[in-house]
Amino acid sequence: MSEQKYRIGILGMQGATEEHASHLQQAGHEPILIKNRELLETVDALIIPGGESTAIWRLMKKNNLVDAVKQFAQSKKPIFGTCAGLVLLGKGQVDAEQSVHLGLMDVQVKRNGFGRQRDSFEANLDVNGMKEPYPAVFIRAPYIESAGERVEVLAAYDDKIVAAKEENLIVAAFHPELTDDNRFLELFLSLVEEKPVLTV
Amino acid sequence: MADRVTGTERVKRGMAQMQKGGVIMDVVNKEQAKIAEEAGAVAVMALEKVPSDIRAAGGVARMADVSIVEEVMEAVSIPVMAKVRIGHIVEARVLESLGVDYIDESEVLTPADDLFHLDKKPFTVPFVCGCRDLGEAARRIGEGASMLRTKGEPGTGNIVEAVRHLREVQSQVRRIVHMNEDELMTEAKNLGAPFEVLLQVKETGRLPVVNFAAGGVATPADAALMMELGADGVFVGSGIFKSKNPEKFARSIVEATTYYQDYQKIGELSKDLGEAMKGIDMKTLRAEDRMQDRSF
Repeated sequence: MSEQKYRIGILGMQGATEEHASHLQQAGHEPILIKNRELLETVDALIIPGGESTAIWRLMKKNNLVDAVKQFAQSKKPIFGTCAGLVLLGKGQVDAEQSVHLGLMDVQVKRNGFGRQRDSFEANLDVNGMKEPYPAVFIRAPYIESAGERVEVLAAYDDKIVAAKEENLIVAAFHPELTDDNRFLELFLSLVEEKPVLTV
Repeated sequence: MADRVTGTERVKRGMAQMQKGGVIMDVVNKEQAKIAEEAGAVAVMALEKVPSDIRAAGGVARMADVSIVEEVMEAVSIPVMAKVRIGHIVEARVLESLGVDYIDESEVLTPADDLFHLDKKPFTVPFVCGCRDLGEAARRIGEGASMLRTKGEPGTGNIVEAVRHLREVQSQVRRIVHMNEDELMTEAKNLGAPFEVLLQVKETGRLPVVNFAAGGVATPADAALMMELGADGVFVGSGIFKSKNPEKFARSIVEATTYYQDYQKIGELSKDLGEAMKGIDMKTLRAEDRMQDRSF
């Protein structure tokens, strides 16, 4: 891993922001809670955490963060979406009355695809490029129903896509921030290293 | 797949972690549930009556009619919570079988057992419970609660009790953190708290589960106050649908919870809100009407 210290934004509308922040700190990086677009411009990469996608979406819209995050992605800075973050980064949801999405990653998402809370589960997941299985925590989790050609599938569970990567975007239907296993965070941070951001 | 495990401590507590920084709203039908979801609630609590109406109606308050819970579950895609009477194993099993996402073992309803809370560990569905101090919080965690909330004084629109309870828990957590380990057992005895839970608090510097504010939140500023004091999120009971303009109150309370230190924004959100629910002064509340004392 690089010795460099990054400023990593965590979208702070609602959700498991502290868990991501403490993992980043342990890895030697600086977490920045993002609640407005001005601060977003100052970070090297962004995490959209788990939470309720509808609540996060409404707060983003109300506070001018939808276009700001789209621009952030277009500038090729890396974004890591976990659970609700996956839902928001996709191009839409199947079977949803109202679709909440930034449309940045070429995937269609099935929200709460694995069911309600009683169906939430933990499982050991085989992930492309990881030697040992990843301890995945799925909470009212979504899955990717269909993915475009440029999307690289990183993991599937029960024949459903649960982790994927497309250029500067990486998504997981589960919650790496709820475990002590940093391999997904490292994968995300490697994207920051690939695309060093010019200092302003 | 064979290795899938449901109902673990991690998925039960984790569900509450995903609710952090959000607002959970009491609703009594699908129309209110839709308004709550539209406003950005992270979950709804399906009830037959909101606490202030339970207070007014008197008599025995029980688990909501199953048809109301089902109607709300059908109407929204966000998580649905529902309340059971303290110690009522069967009400809890019934709600679990319906697929409710979280159960509130709540002092707002009339307790079914005046000695024992539910043993919450064997359930797949997670539980939230009320607390006034660290002893109560630790006992509930010991029984398997995956989330806590202050009790406050429900249905009063008066924030004073929730403030007291949150401050009390936090000051006791701080004291535990600074104690020597050889002092912990006596503290456990004094608080009536399981030693193991206190040990965990000492080691991690915080409660092992999420702690929301509840019981008296009536305005955006109230919600922001509880966040400022360190709550992980906010329950709003009667505060929304007993106000004059529920849609606006709901939206404003959600936004004030996220931007709790942006005072200019909270000022904007508090403009032309219309009348908040009429509150109750604690001094006028009879001892037998205090819901927070219905627990042990």
